Amino acid sequence: MTNMTASLGEASVPDAAAHVRYKSPTARGRLPALIIFLPPALLLFTLFVILPMGEAAWYSLYRWNGYGTPTEFVGTRNFQVLFNNAAFSQALVNNGLIILVSLLLQVPLAIWLAVMLSRKIAGVVAFRLVFFLPYVLADVAAGLIWRFVYDGDYGLFAAIAGFFGVATPYVLADKDLAIYAVLAVVIWKYFGFHMMLFIAGLQALDKSIMEAAEIDGATGWQKFRFITLPLLGSTVRLSVFFAIIGSLQLFDLIMPLTGGGPSNSTQTMVTFLYTYGVTRMQVGLGSAVGVVLFVICVTIAFGYKRIFMRHD
Amino acid sequence: MTDHHRAPVGAWLSTLAAATALSAIVCTPAMSAQTVVKWMHVETVPAYVQAWEEIAQKYEAQHPDVDIQLQFLENEAFKAKLPTLLQSDAAPDFFYSWGGGVLRQQAQTGALKDLTEAMNANGGAWAKTYKPAAVNGFTFDGKIHAVPYRMGTVSFFYNRELFAKAGVKADSIKTWDDFLGAVKTLKAAGITPIAGGGGDKWPLHFYWSYLVMRNGGQKVFEAAKNKEGEGFLDPAVIKAGEQLAALGKLEPFQNGYLGATWPQTLGAFGDGRAAMLLGFENTEPNQRKNAGDGKGLASDNIGRFAFPTVAGGAGKATDTLGGLNGWGVTKRASPAAIDFLRFLTSPETERELAAKGMIIPAAVNAEDALKDRLVRESADQLAASTWHQNFFDQDLGPSVGRVVNDVSVEILSGQMTAKDGAQAIQDAIELE
Repeated sequence: MTNMTASLGEASVPDAAAHVRYKSPTARGRLPALIIFLPPALLLFTLFVILPMGEAAWYSLYRWNGYGTPTEFVGTRNFQVLFNNAAFSQALVNNGLIILVSLLLQVPLAIWLAVMLSRKIAGVVAFRLVFFLPYVLADVAAGLIWRFVYDGDYGLFAAIAGFFGVATPYVLADKDLAIYAVLAVVIWKYFGFHMMLFIAGLQALDKSIMEAAEIDGATGWQKFRFITLPLLGSTVRLSVFFAIIGSLQLFDLIMPLTGGGPSNSTQTMVTFLYTYGVTRMQVGLGSAVGVVLFVICVTIAFGYKRIFMRHD
Repeated sequence: MTDHHRAPVGAWLSTLAAATALSAIVCTPAMSAQTVVKWMHVETVPAYVQAWEEIAQKYEAQHPDVDIQLQFLENEAFKAKLPTLLQSDAAPDFFYSWGGGVLRQQAQTGALKDLTEAMNANGGAWAKTYKPAAVNGFTFDGKIHAVPYRMGTVSFFYNRELFAKAGVKADSIKTWDDFLGAVKTLKAAGITPIAGGGGDKWPLHFYWSYLVMRNGGQKVFEAAKNKEGEGFLDPAVIKAGEQLAALGKLEPFQNGYLGATWPQTLGAFGDGRAAMLLGFENTEPNQRKNAGDGKGLASDNIGRFAFPTVAGGAGKATDTLGGLNGWGVTKRASPAAIDFLRFLTSPETERELAAKGMIIPAAVNAEDALKDRLVRESADQLAASTWHQNFFDQDLGPSVGRVVNDVSVEILSGQMTAKDGAQAIQDAIELE
C-alpha cells in the first residue's frame, strides 16, 4: 500500500508544480502555508517511508542478525542466495499465480456481481453487505476461520466429506492442493472490495446512454459489452491496479492458513521474507527480499500508471 | 526572580539527595517505590501459570515494593519477536529461554546481563544450587547469562490400549528396526502409529536429531556443529537421514500431519487417534489439555520408552536429547528481578513445582518431590544420561536450526533425499 500511495503522490507532483508556476504572483502568499504544512508530512514520510527503504537497501548488503549494528559486508551475496533459493522461486511463481487468479477470476466475478447489484431489486443492500463482509474482516481472522473450515478432523470440509462418506481431504497439508485452497480464500476475501469499486463506478454512469441503447433494441450482453464496460474503463484499470499490488503484498492471510507450507508450496514473497529473514534472524537476507519486492512493486506501479492509466 | 526562587529549589534538591541516601541505606536490596518486574513466558497450561502467579504473590508479600507482572506470548510469535523486543525499551526483565545458539547470539550482542559474578559470589553459593550440567549449558565464553529453571528429555510416549490391541510390546522396542516393525504392525491393525506435527516442523526434527545422535554419537555431532571434518556430510549423518526416509515411506503419521501444529498433534495422541508420540517429559498433562474432550488419555494408559538405538551406531542408548530451560536475564533487569529469579529457581520453590509435575528441576536436591510416574521416569533417564544434548534447532542457532527443521520434514515426507538434506544443513552452517 505504501508504494501505491507513493506512486500516486509522485504522479500528482508535476501537476502541482505547473499549478504553482502558472499562478506565480500569488505564490508568495502560499509560501507561509507551505512552510507550515509541508514539514510535518514530509518529516513523517521521510521517517517512515524513505528512511526504512534506504535502511533496507543498506542492510541487504550485510550479513546481520538484527543485534547491534551491521558490520559484516557481503556485497551482493544475499541476492545470490535469494535467487538460488527454490523457496523464493516458488514464492515468485505463487505471487504470479495470485495476480493471475485475481485478474482472471476475481475482477470478472466482481464486475458481474456489481452489474447485478447496481439494479434496483429487492434486498440489494443486504446482498452488497454480505458480499462486502469478508473484506471488512481482518486478514488474520479470515485466515483462522478458513483454517478451521479446511481442517480435516473437525472442520467444515471434514463434515462435508463425512456426509458423503468419502475420505477427508487435508487440503492445507497437501503441497499440491494448498495453494489452490489459499487462492480460493484470496478471492473470497477481496472480491467484495472490487465489487464495491465497480458499483460506485456504475452509479456514476450516465443513465441516458443506457436508455438510448435500450430504445435502439440492444440486448443485455450488447449493453454490457459496448456501453457499460467501456464507460467503466477507468474503474477496471484502478481495480486491476489494486489487485496486482495487493497480490504482491499478500501475507496476513497466508500465515494463519499455512505459514507458507507444506514444503514452501504456499510461500509468497512477503511470507518468505518473514520466514527466512525475521524468524531466522537473517536481517540482511530479509532486507534483500524487501528490496526485490520494492523494485517489482515500483516498476509495476509506475509502468502500469504510465501505460494504462495515462488518461484517467 | 532570582534568590527567592532559587532557595526552594536548592532546598528541594538537598532534601532529595538526603532522601536518596537514606533510602539507599535503609533498604539496599529492594528498590524504592514500586519496582515492576516483567516476566515473559510461553506457558499455555493454566494450572502452571497459576502456580507461577502464586509464587509471585508469595514473593510480593515478602517484598511489598515489588510488582511482578507475567507477560504471555505464543511460542512461535515469541521466538520471532524476541530479537526486536530485546533491543527496545519494552524488553522484559527476564524471559523463557531454551539456551543454545539463540541464547549465545543474544549474549554476544550484549542484550543480556552477565550473571557470572552474582552466581559465583560467596564461593558460588548461588551457582551451587543448580546441577552443574544446567549451569554449564548456560555458560558461553565463561559467562553465565541465564538462570537455570528446568531440564527435560524427549522420549516416546505410547497408548497402552492401542499397543495391546495391535499386539505390540513396548519393552521389545530396542532398535530402530524394532521400532519400524512396531509401526508396520500398528498400521496393519488399522491404527495410526504416530502423531506428528509437520506444520510446526520442530516436532519432527526430534527424529532426525535422535537418529544423528544414535548413528554418529557426540563426536560426530559436535564436529559438525564446530564446522570440523566432514561436518553434516558425515556418513553417519546421511545414514540417519536414510533411516528417517525409511520411516517416512511407511506413512506412519496421522492424516494431514504436514499441516498439524504441536497442540493439534498432542490432541491427536490424546484423542487416541495415534498410538505414539515423540515428545517432552510433560506430554501427559499436555495431551490432556489438547484432547478433544479435555480429558485425553488416562495417565495409566500412557507408557514411555527411550528412543531406540541403531545397529552399528556410535551413540549410546543412554544418550538423551532434550531441553535445558532457563530464564534469560536482559540488560535492563532490576536487582529485584534477579532476586526474584533466585527465589523462583531455589531448591525449595523447584521442589514445589516438581511436586505438581510441572518440571524436572534444574535445582539440586529437588527431584525427590517428583510424584508423577511418567515425569519421574523421564527424570531418571536424564539422571543416568551419558550425553545430554540440547534441542538441535536451539543449539545450532536460529538460521541453521530452522534449516534442520525444514530438512527433517522434507526428508520424512519424501521431498528431499538424505544427502540433499545434509548438504542443505551444511550449506547453512557454512554461511554462518
